[in-house]
Formats: sequence, structure tokens, C-alpha cells
Amino acid sequence: MVTSLASADLERHLEVQRLAYRCCSEIAAELAPGVTEREVAGRMRTWLVARGVDDWLHVPFAWFGDRTAFRGFKIPTQFLPGSRRLERGMPFILDCAPMVDGTMADIGYADCLGENRIFDRLFADLAEFRPFILERVKAERPLCEIWRDVDALIDKMGYDNRHTVYPGHVLAHTVTRVSTRRPRVILGAFGVRFLETLGRELITERLRGRSPLWNGSARSNHPAYPGLWAVEPHIGFQSVGVKFEEILVVTESDAYWLDDAPYHVQRWQKAAA
Amino acid sequence: MTLGSSKELRVVGSGGVSLYVRQWGDTSKPTVLFVHGYPDNSDIWLRTIERLEARFHVVAYDVRGAGRSTDGWMFGGYALERLVADLRAVIQATAPADRKVHLVAHDWGAIQGWEAVLDASVAPRIASFTFFGAPCLDHAAWWLRSRIRADPRTFVDALGQLARSWYVFAFHAPLLAPLAWDHGLARVWPRLLRLDGVTSAPEPSPTQAKDGARGVWLYRSNFLHKLLHPKEGRTELPVQTVVSRRDPFVAPGLYSELAARVPNLWRRDLEAGHWTPLSHPDAIARWVSELVDYVEAGEEGKECPSLRRARTHARSERAPRSRKRFDGRLVVVTGAGSGIGRETAIAFAKLGAKIVAVDLDAASAQRTAELASLIGPTAHAYPVDVSDRAAMEALAKGIARDHGVPHIVVNNAGIGLAGPFLETSIDDWKRVIDVNLWGVIHGSHLFGEQMAKTGSGGHIVNVASLAAYLPSRSLSAYCTSKAAVLMLGECMRADLASSGIAVSTICPGVVNTNITRTTRFVGQSQEGERRQQRKVSALYRLRNFTPRRVAREIVRACAENRPMVPVTGEAKFFAILGRLSPAALRAFARMSPLSQ
Repeated sequence: MVTSLASADLERHLEVQRLAYRCCSEIAAELAPGVTEREVAGRMRTWLVARGVDDWLHVPFAWFGDRTAFRGFKIPTQFLPGSRRLERGMPFILDCAPMVDGTMADIGYADCLGENRIFDRLFADLAEFRPFILERVKAERPLCEIWRDVDALIDKMGYDNRHTVYPGHVLAHTVTRVSTRRPRVILGAFGVRFLETLGRELITERLRGRSPLWNGSARSNHPAYPGLWAVEPHIGFQSVGVKFEEILVVTESDAYWLDDAPYHVQRWQKAAA
Repeated sequence: MTLGSSKELRVVGSGGVSLYVRQWGDTSKPTVLFVHGYPDNSDIWLRTIERLEARFHVVAYDVRGAGRSTDGWMFGGYALERLVADLRAVIQATAPADRKVHLVAHDWGAIQGWEAVLDASVAPRIASFTFFGAPCLDHAAWWLRSRIRADPRTFVDALGQLARSWYVFAFHAPLLAPLAWDHGLARVWPRLLRLDGVTSAPEPSPTQAKDGARGVWLYRSNFLHKLLHPKEGRTELPVQTVVSRRDPFVAPGLYSELAARVPNLWRRDLEAGHWTPLSHPDAIARWVSELVDYVEAGEEGKECPSLRRARTHARSERAPRSRKRFDGRLVVVTGAGSGIGRETAIAFAKLGAKIVAVDLDAASAQRTAELASLIGPTAHAYPVDVSDRAAMEALAKGIARDHGVPHIVVNNAGIGLAGPFLETSIDDWKRVIDVNLWGVIHGSHLFGEQMAKTGSGGHIVNVASLAAYLPSRSLSAYCTSKAAVLMLGECMRADLASSGIAVSTICPGVVNTNITRTTRFVGQSQEGERRQQRKVSALYRLRNFTPRRVAREIVRACAENRPMVPVTGEAKFFAILGRLSPAALRAFARMSPLSQ
């Protein structure tokens, strides 16, 4: 089931997305050396629940140090927040996907504690991907080709494609509105209600030869279909990984970012000024 | 070159020991004083001295117990105070009272030299100090302590150095060393020197057995005390050190924190073993004269470019840094804009090397340099076509002028060409041979010449391919060019060894790089060529052997001086198969991976 693109619905998604960003920036501002990934993920959860979040697309994630670049990741449980402690100069990524009353958002927030030259460079280079992807979605290029173009751009920059490590190698996936009244249970790291909607979408879209999971395979050999896509390019170099994640709105005739200036865009603008 | 005659004299050292001293050259010129190590005598300096005697007043002497000097009393007679007193006596006897001397010391000479430099009564007579083959014992003690206390990685460094110092422990065992020297070690000594890279070992010295047996008292009298009670070890004097990368007794990392205690420091890196005065007299002589000239010129003196580059400053960070394998070395990589070249540049940068990234495409070379400098010291990009001799000459000159002579050159640039032999045009052939073979010849020739000339030695790595020994009907031009590179590497390795230059050839198999996306497929329409490129690229992606893994092998080939390295399973497989059954390779050659 595709979420409606009525402006009231978009407004709700935007609210949840902004809430998620506020959560990450407030918690990131208070990070200090010695804190563990698990503690930070817990803080995010508490913060969001206190502000009305009632279910999850996935529970909050936090990755520190070379775990931001998914180094040595072999099995899915390694994505879960662990006991890695934050140190000065370490990059970190906070990733949360809260749901409020069935409306979801999925965001990624990258920063580092103190100074890190590699992080600064990666973060600056990440800016290129936002217009790069939007342009191609607008031109209705098949998603698998965009995935490969993004991969080639990452290679040209000399970085590693890190979203290829995600389940399904996804550069993006759809986000929807969940309307079922089923219990709010977490399975693995994902909300059951989200998994159910996603599963249903996988099947219905499959019948049309499309996929809600945007990767480089033949299943993504179609332009983006109308709906909301959480786009998450993730690049890595050495022991640093950087990503952004935010909702892209795709309509019948156009595509645009749900929020003009989320955290990372503000940061790029500030750097450019 | 022949050595002029020397003036011999006897100097009375501490406790009445008679020291055998020789002088060469004009006494009105700056005095350079040489102190030898263990188990040598002052003859070890003759090769260096013959290169310097015309320009300087040169003095060398046999340390007590060695060569033609008399022995000290075993217990206490070899204590560092005695050795420093000897050194002072030699300075007083040979240099006018108003003149300072330039000290050059190797191995135990360096340890004594440091003691003198840190001694308030001798230091005022020393103008500069060039040392190698051993650290200051005070510094070594601090270095070991900082590493044993820090994290496990640096602890490994400390253990590594202690393992290299095995002989120090052995020398403390009674009788062991003297017996060994008396029963054959002295006779085989020149042969052991050859193992250390001294290609023309000197005649066995008549006093070798005695020098070896007596000299162990140097260790017994001083080591333990020094390590347990190190002094601060700071000096403002101009100090130059030569770091030998393959020294079996001294880890290069031992010098990593020198600049913190020695503000006026120059560091030279040499691809050499321990006995550098014998193996690299050219480099030693040149570096000594550069420093002496600079110091003698006084206030208005200007460092020559090579000396300026060697200047070393203290690192700001406090914590002891783990040793990096290629600290202070300059690595040139061609074809560095992508694939194996880029990963190689990054891998070396990560290990502390300064990088010069060369590529036909200026933007991608620049990008590689930026990435390398993110994780390493400095990196520079040069847009050059390796097949253009004039451009390569200008490149080699420019690099030598701006950054010095490279220690490692990786000739990696290459292009792909596929298609049947009869459809490969002369121009296609020329282009492939120009880049793949001539590029390697130019790179090896120009940089090899610099390495040989300066005497600093180095390492040349040529990237060939599995195609160098696996024939294929569809790759006649490519295979031919790569086979030539492989043979060139083998010949160069044999030839350049005497100049201290190592040569490695790397043969990667199917590696996922952009070479498949730029390979020319002759005898195909444009659309057909694109289809082939896509097809082969997809195949290579499926194999998914990353260029990073090849880079790792290249670094290893340099670290371990390996002659030929097939990388990837298929490259290793066919290397073996070719030995077992050349006919099997010919059968493979008949198969065509290209659809017609």
C-alpha cells in the first residue's frame, strides 16, 4: 500500500522526520567520550517515546568509530548497537525510524566527536549525492541504473559503497503509512507493522515488476514509482563511514525532497557560506 | 678512487691505553672524525674516507680493544666514561684547540658519540654529529619504557626491538662470544657481511677475532646500567641520522621520537642493512659533506635542497606513536588515478609514506593525492603520460628537485586491448606497447638511475599481469606487453641488485577495476565493444577481487623484497600449471572468452 501524497499526509511525515532529526541533534550534542552505542540508542528511544512515538520502522541504531563504515560486518546482528565506546575524534552515525500514529520517517545523522579530517572530507563529499540522485529520479532513470551510477561516483571519489552492506544492498526503500491495528511488536530490529506493510508492498509491486527495495539488481529495473522513498547513500573511507537518510517524495510527474534543509543540508550550507 | 696516504700517530687515551689514529687531507680544512663500531676497526671507514679526504681533514682511530689500539682493563676499562675520554684525547691531539670537529659514528661508535655529545666537557668541541647503526642508549631506554607502558601494539614494537638485540644478551654470557670469534666466526665474517648487503666485502682483518672477543666488554660494561638509568638525552647540536631499513639489529621505529629530544635533526632513509659504511659509502660521504658544509657556513649558511628535505621536526602529539613501516619514504605510483594504482598509493600513505600520484588524468591523480594525504603525511599529483619519454624525464627531474629521490616506484599504469591478432592494427599495437612496456621502461630507467646515482638504493615494482604467462588468442598485444614487463623485471632484478635496488613484478589475475571498462576490443563495432566491456566488467565484478587486495600484496612485496608475486587464485593456479604442463596453457590459449 502506497502512502497518499495528499499534502496533509506529507505534512505529517515531515513532522515525524523533523522530530527524528531533533532527537538525533539533541542527543548528539550531549555525547561525551566513554558512552556506548547501546546507551545512546537507548537515550534516543526514550527521547522519542517521550515525544509521542508509538512504534518503529526499526529501533534506533548508533554506530561509533569504524563501525560507521561497517568494517567487518558479516552477519545482520552486527548492525545492532553494541558495546563500542565513543572516543574523541571518532565518527558516529545515529539512525532512527520512528512511527507516530502510523506515520513513519527514517533518517540518518552522521557527525564526529571533536576533530576528524577524514570525516570532514567524506561529509563534504556526501553533498554531491543529494542532487545527483534527485536529478536521475526526476529524469525517470531506472533505479538499478541510478544505484550503479551512485556506485560509480563513489568509486570515482575513491570511497567504498557502504549501503551495499545493508540488507538487500538498498540505496533506498519506501516508507508508508501503517494503518493496521495489530500489536506493536519488534521483530529483530524492525517493527512488525512495518514489516507487514513492506511485505505486502513487495508482493503487490512485484506483480507490477517493481520493488520497494531500491538496489542495483534487475528487480529495480524501473523508475521510482510515486510514493515516499527513504534515500540513504552511505559512503566509507578507511575507518570512517558517513551517510544521510531522508525522505524523497516521488509524484506522477515530479520528485523533490520532503524537507528542503534537513540537518546535513544546513551543515553543507553553513560550510559553503 | 684510491685513498691517499695517511699520517699515523699514537694518542694516549684514558688509563694509559694507546690509541692508533690516522689522519688524511689538509689540516686547515674542517675536521671530520670517524668512530667505528663493533666488531670493526677504523678500516671500515676507508671507503667513505677516500670520498672525503680531498675536501676535509679526516681523522679515524681504532677504539680501545680494537685494531691496532691496545686493550682496556676488562672490568671497567670499557665503560662509556673511558671511551668518551679517549674521544676527547683524539680530538685534542688532532684538531687545533680553536676548532670544533664533525663527528661521524657507526654502531658502538654512535653510542660513544652520543655519550660525548651529551658530555659537557666534550660537546663544546663538537660541531655536528652524524650517527647510524645504533641509537643513543638513553633514547633507546626511554623509547622502550614508553612502549612497554603504552598499548599492546607499541608493546609489540618494543618486543621486536628486544628480539633484534638478541646478541646483546648473548654477549653477556661468559665465554660464548670470545669462543665463537676464536673458532671460525672471524674467518666467515666477510661472508656474513655479504648477507647484510655488502656486495664487495673487505679482506678478513687480521685482528678480527681479537676485535670481536674484546669488544663484548663494551656491552657488558655499559648496557644494563644505561638502560636502567637513562639520562634525559637532549642536545641542541646539529645531528644527522641515517636510518637503514633492513638493519637486522636496529628497528627503524627506534628513531621515531628522536626529534623530540634533538631539535636540530636531519634524517636520511637508506634501503640498506647494518654495515652501511661498507655497502653505501657514496651516500654516507655525500650526506656527511652536506651537513658539514651547512654547519661550516655558519649563520648565513643555507641548507642544500637534499638537506632541507631531510630536516625533521618533532611531532606534536604526546602519546608514543606506533611505528609505521614506510615512515619517511617517498613512493611514486603511476596510473594512480584509479584501481590498483590508487589503492597502492593509499596503502603506502597509510603506512607513513609520502606519495607522488602520477596519472594521465589530472583530476583523478589529484583525487588520489588528496585521499592519500588524508591518511598519510603528504601527497602530490602529476598528470603525465607514462609513454611520453620527454614528459617522464621532466617528471623524474621535477620529483627529484621537489621531493627527493623516490625510495619506491610502482610502475602500474597500463591499458587493456582485446581482439584477434589479425584485426589488431599497428596503431593498436603501438599504443599498448607504448603504455604497458615503454611506460615501465621509462619509469624504471629514470628513477632507477636516480636511485643508483645517489647510492640510496630503492625498490621498483612493476605491475604485469596473469596475462604475462597465460597466453590467449584474444589478448595477443596485451599478453605480449605484459610478458615483456615480467621478463624486464627479472633482468632488472639481477642487474640492479648491485646498486641496492630491488625489483618486484606483480601479476594480478582477474581484479575488479575500471581497466575492463576502458579496454579496447578490436574487430568489433562500437556497440559490440560496449557490449563486450559490459560483459567482461560484469564477469570481473562477479569475481570481485578488489584492487585493495592487490595493493596489499604490492606493499608486502616491498616489505619482504619478493621477486615475482602472482596475486589472486587464478594467477597462482596458472603460474603452477604453466610449470607442470605448458600444453595445458596452450589449450587455454585457444579458448576465446569473446563472443564473435
